[in-house]
Amino acid sequence: MRPPVVEDSWKRLSRTTQARIALGRAGASLPTQEVLNFSLAHARARDAVHAPFDRDKIAGEIEALGFETLFVASAAPDRASYLRRPDWGRSLNPESQALLAARKSEACDLAIVVADGLSATAVHNQTAPLLAAFKPYIARAGWRVGPIVIASQARVALGDEIGRLLQARAAILLVGERPGLSSPDSLGIYVTYDPKPGRNDGERNCISNVREEGLAHDLAAFKLAWLVDQALRRKLTGVGLKDESDLLLQSEGRPAALSER
Amino acid sequence: MGFHYATGTTRWAFGSLAELMAKATPPRSGDMLAGIAASCAEENVAAKLCLADIPLRRFLEETLVPYEADEITRLIIDTHDREAFAPIAHLTVGEFRNFLLSSEATPEAVSALTPGVTPEMAAAVSKLMRNQDLILAAKKCRVVTKFRNTLGLPGTMAVRLQPNHPTDSRAGIAASIIDGLMYGSGDAVIGINPASDSLPVIADLLQLIDGLIARFEIPTQACVLTHVTSSIELINRGMPVDLVFQSVAGTEAANRAFGVDLAVLREGREAALSLKRGTIGDNVMYFETGQGSALSANAHHGVDQQTLEARAYAVCRQFKPLLVNTVVGFIGPEYLYDGKQIIRAGLEDHFCGKLMGLPLGCDVCYTNHAEADQDDMDNLMTLLAAAGVTYIMGIPGADDVMLNYQSTSFHDALYLREVFGLRRAPEFDAWLQRMRIAGADGRLLRQEPAHPLIAWHEA
Repeated sequence: MRPPVVEDSWKRLSRTTQARIALGRAGASLPTQEVLNFSLAHARARDAVHAPFDRDKIAGEIEALGFETLFVASAAPDRASYLRRPDWGRSLNPESQALLAARKSEACDLAIVVADGLSATAVHNQTAPLLAAFKPYIARAGWRVGPIVIASQARVALGDEIGRLLQARAAILLVGERPGLSSPDSLGIYVTYDPKPGRNDGERNCISNVREEGLAHDLAAFKLAWLVDQALRRKLTGVGLKDESDLLLQSEGRPAALSER
Repeated sequence: MGFHYATGTTRWAFGSLAELMAKATPPRSGDMLAGIAASCAEENVAAKLCLADIPLRRFLEETLVPYEADEITRLIIDTHDREAFAPIAHLTVGEFRNFLLSSEATPEAVSALTPGVTPEMAAAVSKLMRNQDLILAAKKCRVVTKFRNTLGLPGTMAVRLQPNHPTDSRAGIAASIIDGLMYGSGDAVIGINPASDSLPVIADLLQLIDGLIARFEIPTQACVLTHVTSSIELINRGMPVDLVFQSVAGTEAANRAFGVDLAVLREGREAALSLKRGTIGDNVMYFETGQGSALSANAHHGVDQQTLEARAYAVCRQFKPLLVNTVVGFIGPEYLYDGKQIIRAGLEDHFCGKLMGLPLGCDVCYTNHAEADQDDMDNLMTLLAAAGVTYIMGIPGADDVMLNYQSTSFHDALYLREVFGLRRAPEFDAWLQRMRIAGADGRLLRQEPAHPLIAWHEA
């Protein structure tokens, strides 16, 4: 006789979520198959943290959209030190600092930074589709955008230093989010008005979980454009700026830029 | 003023109380990152030996974060209860450990001390304790809180049902709530971390849980974990807010990084109280904390992360919370490197919080860039259950598909109930029996597809 596993009678609810619901039980514990499924997902997420960042491929895709690109790196020399020293990941290495300072570029409205963060896989998969969806909003609003800065071993606050050096009114930072078991490739977007070193997280707005199975690229681009527009108008980001873009989505249906595409 | 201790022929010097505390802390990556950890194992123990001889009173005379510069220090000093402190006022830190472990330290005696124990005292004694001491002493602390049920009674452990969804889908969140309830979880709170900080989305989720709780008369409370200012705004818009949530830290500057101060927390609590939604109690606040948040915000004043965590509890206790949650492994390996450090920190936080009179639960968790796995979580949750933890998280399959980390599952809570014989909050326990989800022994019953909760989801 096979030992009993209690099946859950609400298994069909699992079509509404990727969460691990209705797993069943052996006594009060997880069935063997579910324990092993979990281990496999954890193994994949662990591997994603350490996957190398292919910045040349990303640069090619971004340039194909008509943007200029630049490479920079944080002060963290490798992945191991990046994980232990977040302070290094928040500042540019001297060469990158010099590179941006030497540009003596004109002030711009937006500095856009693409940061590997904790999942290069996320940046590989989401950056080009997101920027493609965001580009029409840039054109419509007439925002002046600096070169797109591709940053290795980078954390969120690195965007502050880059934004300051590019004399941007606001910084947008796309970053590979910490990989989860069911989402090794989700992208986060941070918007910071008047970026400069020393900004804290309460002074930013965040859009998270950008990926096809999460917040789709066109919706993410719509929210991002809403936040940037509000940030530049009201001259702030962070806890003082609540994301009410969904109200607009509800009252006006799909926004023009979404239906055009 | 400095401190000295000689181990054999080596004389160790510690420049300040803050330095002594940092060097006496069991090793962790966050203190190394801050550059304040002991330089070697022997210095670590020398600092503990030195700390053991410091009178508790000293912590009232020498503040670790300046009084003038920090409203949390002012809160700690200005609200210190000298009368409650009197029974231990003559003790050193080392003697305080001996007292807490002695038979004189009954649950009644320890509870009476609570308003006299500052976070620095709690942190100091915890640094001299082994894991078993942290468990035994915490087990003596009784903290009971109420909103629609009674949390923290001896022999019980509650679960926060955390039904997060990556896009805040109502159907997806509802499915995870049903899954959790059918597994007997959710007495601490049904608490959603929204992916969005959009007020209309949060309002919609509040109405979803409120509707479910009302429809089935579930003796529990709801929370959508959003910034306190958003909760205040939602209350002003007439939304059904049971508990007001906020992440807090142990220094004024770190709280500023979270966009809060004591005044806005007070405002949040008053707004929640004004709704009078609690049926049997008015503990309306839900706080989350975690070692490393102050350093992460560059606001640590050279104080070690465990002491700063205890200072965050001074913030919490001012507002009589229903629940406090140390999210122990969420912040990442730069603060708690591996399973060993996460386990130690979870036990320290639970002990310090309980000693300070708080209903401490623990998000027993880790991220995928930390050196930890589910076996480490098994160890920590088992130790915390032995220590009498108020509640743990219940997440479908322990995998949070929105926040991208691993915590504890509904199954994990059932495992702890099996091993320790722990029951749920009594009102919720009775509800589960009425709903024929669990039997009189607390164990799950077999279910048919026609259960009303499942039918509710499909309606």
